[in-house]
Amino acid sequence: MAIKLPIYMDNHATTPVDPRVLEAMLPYFNEKFGNAASRNHEFGWVAEEAVENARGQIARLINATPKEIIFTSGATESTNLAIKGVAEMYREKGNQIITQVTEHKATLDTCKRLEKYGYEVTYLPVEKDGRINFDDLRRAITPKTILISIMYANNEIGVLQPVEEIGKIAKEKGVFFHVDAVQAVGKVPVDVQKEGIDLMSISGHKIYGPKGVGALYVRRKNPRVQLAAIIDGGGHERGMRSGTLNVPGIVGLGKACEICQKEMAAEGERLRGLRERLKDAIFAQLDEVFINGSMVHRLPNNINISFAYVEGESLLMGINDVAVSSGSACTSATLEPSYVLKALGVGEDLAHTSIRFGLGRFNTEEEVDYVANRVIETVKRLRELSPLYEMAKEGVDISKMKWQAAAE
Amino acid sequence: MAYSEKVVDHYQNPRNVGSLDKNDPNVGTGLVGAPECGDVMKLQMKVNPDTRVIEEAKFKTFGCGSAIASSSLATEWVKGKTVEEALAIKNTEIVRELSLPPVKIHCSVLAEDAIKAALSDWKKKQGEADTQPAQSSGAAH
Repeated sequence: MAIKLPIYMDNHATTPVDPRVLEAMLPYFNEKFGNAASRNHEFGWVAEEAVENARGQIARLINATPKEIIFTSGATESTNLAIKGVAEMYREKGNQIITQVTEHKATLDTCKRLEKYGYEVTYLPVEKDGRINFDDLRRAITPKTILISIMYANNEIGVLQPVEEIGKIAKEKGVFFHVDAVQAVGKVPVDVQKEGIDLMSISGHKIYGPKGVGALYVRRKNPRVQLAAIIDGGGHERGMRSGTLNVPGIVGLGKACEICQKEMAAEGERLRGLRERLKDAIFAQLDEVFINGSMVHRLPNNINISFAYVEGESLLMGINDVAVSSGSACTSATLEPSYVLKALGVGEDLAHTSIRFGLGRFNTEEEVDYVANRVIETVKRLRELSPLYEMAKEGVDISKMKWQAAAE
Repeated sequence: MAYSEKVVDHYQNPRNVGSLDKNDPNVGTGLVGAPECGDVMKLQMKVNPDTRVIEEAKFKTFGCGSAIASSSLATEWVKGKTVEEALAIKNTEIVRELSLPPVKIHCSVLAEDAIKAALSDWKKKQGEADTQPAQSSGAAH
C-alpha cells in the first residue's frame, strides 16, 4: 500500500478533523445557521437543539451532566476561566493555588498573572518519571488554598498524573481540583465522578474536532463550583461565558466526543501497538537512545525519545517528510529547551536531542515502519557528523569537559 | 521556518565531514560551543607551514541545520586561503551566503569562532604569538 507523504505524527500538537465530524458540522454553517441564543424563531431553536445535543455528547464522555458543560473558544480559554474564575470568586476564602512545573503554558502563565495580583502559587516539582509526589502535594496545602490544578496527561511526554488520588486529597482538604485534560479526554477513560474532578479543560482540535472550540466542565454538586466570568457581555453559558456560541464548532466537538466514546478502547489498543512497534524498531537499531518520562503511566499513543549526540532540529530536518516535534531549543521561537524535560531532570544536552512522536487515528503500520527507518538512517548519518559521538566513541567523558560557549 | 536552499544543500551534502589527525603539528583544532546550548562545532585545518595556506579542512557539528551548514561552508571557504585571510572571515558573510534568519545568526558566529579557535591552536603549535582575542581551543587532550 502506497504511503502518502508527508506523514503526520504530531497528534499532540493538533489532529485532522475526522470526516464524520466535518459532515456533522457542515449544515450549521449555511443551512442551520441560526444563533443559538435567538429564542424566538426556528433558526435559533434548531441551533440551540444542536448545542444541547453536543453538551450531552461531551458530558457522557466524562461522566458529567450536560448542565456542567460550558463552551469556550478552546482549552486555553477554559483553563484561564477555571483558574481565574475560582481565584476571583473565592478570594475571601484564600489566595493560594497549587500547580506543578510541567503544566501547559495556559496554566503556568495564568498562574503567573495571578501572582502579579497578589495570589500565591506553589509549583510542585515532579519526579524523574514526570509524576508529582503526594507528600509534596499534602505539604503544600494550607488553609488558604483554593485550587489545585494538575494536568491529566502531559502534552510533551504523555505521562499520566495520578488524578484519582489527587482528587481524593483535594476532597479531603476541601480544595477545588482543576484538571487540564486536553491530551487525555477521548484517549483514556476520564470520569469526573470517580476521579473527584471539579473543573476540567477540554479541547476540540486534539480529538479530531475543529480548532477554535473547547469546553470547561464545572461541577454543580458535591461541591458546587462557582466561577467569576472572564468575558462579559450577554451572560451566555449561565453567566459564565458570554459570547455567541460557535455552533458549528460545538457540533463538531460533540460529534468528536461521541466518536471517541465509541472507539476509544479499541483505538487506544491499536495505537499502543503502533507505539510499541515504533519504539522497538528504534531501540533495536540504535544505541544511546533514552525514553523521557514514565513508560508505565503514559498515553498509549505517545513516545518521547532522546537520541544522544544528535541535535533535535537537525534530526527533524533529516526526516523532512515526517511531522513530529522536538524539545530542542533550536526548534523553539525563544531558543529555550523544553522546560518539561528540564523538570524531569533530563540534562540540557539530552533535551536538545529529544523528539516527540504523537500517533493518531489515521496513522498506519506502514507509516510507522517508514518513520522508524527514516529516523534510524538519519540518526546514523548525523552521528557521523557529530563531534560528540566521535568523542564518546573515543571514550571521552563529555560530561567532564570544560566547554567554551560562543560569545554572543 | 523554511530553510534556504543553500542551508538544505549543505545539510544534505555537507562538505568536508570528518577529522584530521590532531597530533599532526600542522593541524589546528577548534572545538567551540557546548552540548547544553545545543551547538558544538569541531573544525580542523591542515596548514602548510611555509606558505601558510590552508590545504585541508574538516568539520563535525552537533547542532541544527543552520549550524551544520555554517560549519560546512566555513570548511569550504578556508580551503586555499592563507591563515590571515581565513581569520578575516566574518560571520555576517556566512549569514548572507546562507540567508540565515535572525534567530540563527548565532550559528554563524559559532562558525567564525571555530575558524579562529582552530587557527589559534595551529599558531600555538607553531610557537607563534596568538594575536587574536582570547579564543583558546577547548580541544580535549
